[in-house]
Amino acid sequence: MADARLARRDVGLRLRLAGGWLAVLAAVALLAPWIAPHDPLAQDLMLGRLPPFWLDGAEPGYWLGTDSLGRDVLSRMIWGARIALFVALVAGVLTCVIGATLGLVAGYFRGWPDMIVSRLVDIWMAFPPVLFSILLVAVIGPGLLAIILAIVVIDWTRFARVIRAEAMTQGAMDYVASARVAGRGRASTLWAEILPNVLPTIVVLLTLEMGIAVIVEAILSFVNLSISTDDPTWGGMIAEGRTSIHQAWWVLVFPLTALFLTVLAFSQLGEGLKDRFDPVLR
Amino acid sequence: MAEPLFEVTDLHLSLPDLNAKPLFGPAPRIEILRGISLAIARGEVLGIVGGSGSGKSTLGRAMLRLLEPTAGRIRFEGADITHLPEAALRPLRARMQLIFQDPMSSLNPRRRVAGLIGGPLRLQGFDRVEDRVARALDHVGLPRAFAARYPHELSGGQRQRIGIARAIALEPDFILADEIVSGLDVSSQAQVLNLLAGLVRDLGLTLAFISHDLAVIRRLCARVIVLQAGRIVEEAPTDRLFAAPQAAYTRELLDAIPLPDPDQPWG
Repeated sequence: MADARLARRDVGLRLRLAGGWLAVLAAVALLAPWIAPHDPLAQDLMLGRLPPFWLDGAEPGYWLGTDSLGRDVLSRMIWGARIALFVALVAGVLTCVIGATLGLVAGYFRGWPDMIVSRLVDIWMAFPPVLFSILLVAVIGPGLLAIILAIVVIDWTRFARVIRAEAMTQGAMDYVASARVAGRGRASTLWAEILPNVLPTIVVLLTLEMGIAVIVEAILSFVNLSISTDDPTWGGMIAEGRTSIHQAWWVLVFPLTALFLTVLAFSQLGEGLKDRFDPVLR
Repeated sequence: MAEPLFEVTDLHLSLPDLNAKPLFGPAPRIEILRGISLAIARGEVLGIVGGSGSGKSTLGRAMLRLLEPTAGRIRFEGADITHLPEAALRPLRARMQLIFQDPMSSLNPRRRVAGLIGGPLRLQGFDRVEDRVARALDHVGLPRAFAARYPHELSGGQRQRIGIARAIALEPDFILADEIVSGLDVSSQAQVLNLLAGLVRDLGLTLAFISHDLAVIRRLCARVIVLQAGRIVEEAPTDRLFAAPQAAYTRELLDAIPLPDPDQPWG
């Protein structure tokens, strides 16, 4: 009993911490034009590689220091959060909707819809994902849209596979047969009986996917296939900071920390929501 | 005898054995039902017994058109429903109901009891759904406040009562009870059986009761069909079946019942 209660309290704390960080990030991203202390693109070679505020030689106003071109790290991180969250949200939701729909249809109706979806997933997963995304971005051309498209095109299989298996398990349950005995149609059964039972899995996958989208965006920025190098992205900053890690570690460490915390927050949010969602555990 | 409510003629059902499927070509088929014929009169309580794998659950599901028979004929009130498409079957669904063996898996864990019982009612176009849900709960002896509960908040016996309430709320002509007490402990079994016996008496239900347990059948049914490997091996009124079993398989099943006094025969 005591253990169960302890576990429940941990769930709440986890949810609050993860949600709190993401809320702060969302607020920062939305208010970027007003709260960023400097123009994220403004260069000033006289102010290059300024350290963060608590070290000697820091310049007031540049809280987290500047990079080698004299751009304010904090401002770039704030604007970078905007891009990261936008990609996470749009790419995550699109991937989820497409993958989960195909997975549900394949897992519930079986037969030829399942054949088509499953073979497609098999073929899709034979491609190495990173190469695939680089190829895609190279073909479409760099840009925010290309990143989102690359994530959706590659990662829908993750949803399709898991949700298909889940829908199959649920579809074999007697409550589905009982819906049929009650005269419920097939599509309506999928929507009203099976989907609510698969929803916790979908939510967990969605939040994980948002974390993955943030990473993929960072990776593509890191290899310079994201939007233009000028634009402030966490991945771009990490790539830049890597080259001057011995002279200015802060250019690397701060965006890396933000990236780490964000991905962690997304996955913990998923875990917490799953527990919250489940009436059996509530 | 008047026209039977349910009539099954020479029903065959086979399913592909996917484990033995060769790489190319169709899988071999396993015969599950090999020519079953039976009739259930209105108001009758029929027991269907057999060991595991005898095809009794398959027979039940085929009768309610949850499984497609490979050959044979199923009539409900004289109308052939063997090949009726699902859409045409839908209005008939309310009149033939199924109570499932496993009350955990047959109740959607995300719905409250009110929705579990009321959902089918709404789907079938009944009016005053709340009233009917409340009355169904009364019938199965559960407090009306249970309407707000989720299945996982109920005990096994209570869940099975919800399954019964869901079936009777639709005021069906025919109910198939598929091993509904086999998952319950002895005291819940007795309660559920008493409840069902009472409902049969009060509502004039026509019931087919599937079980592997002859003792349970004896308590409830007037006539028994014994199934072995997809065939009917014996069909008799319950009294006669217990007094003078004809088929060897029936005697085997009877011998399997633990008696309080092993030397006393069934009387």
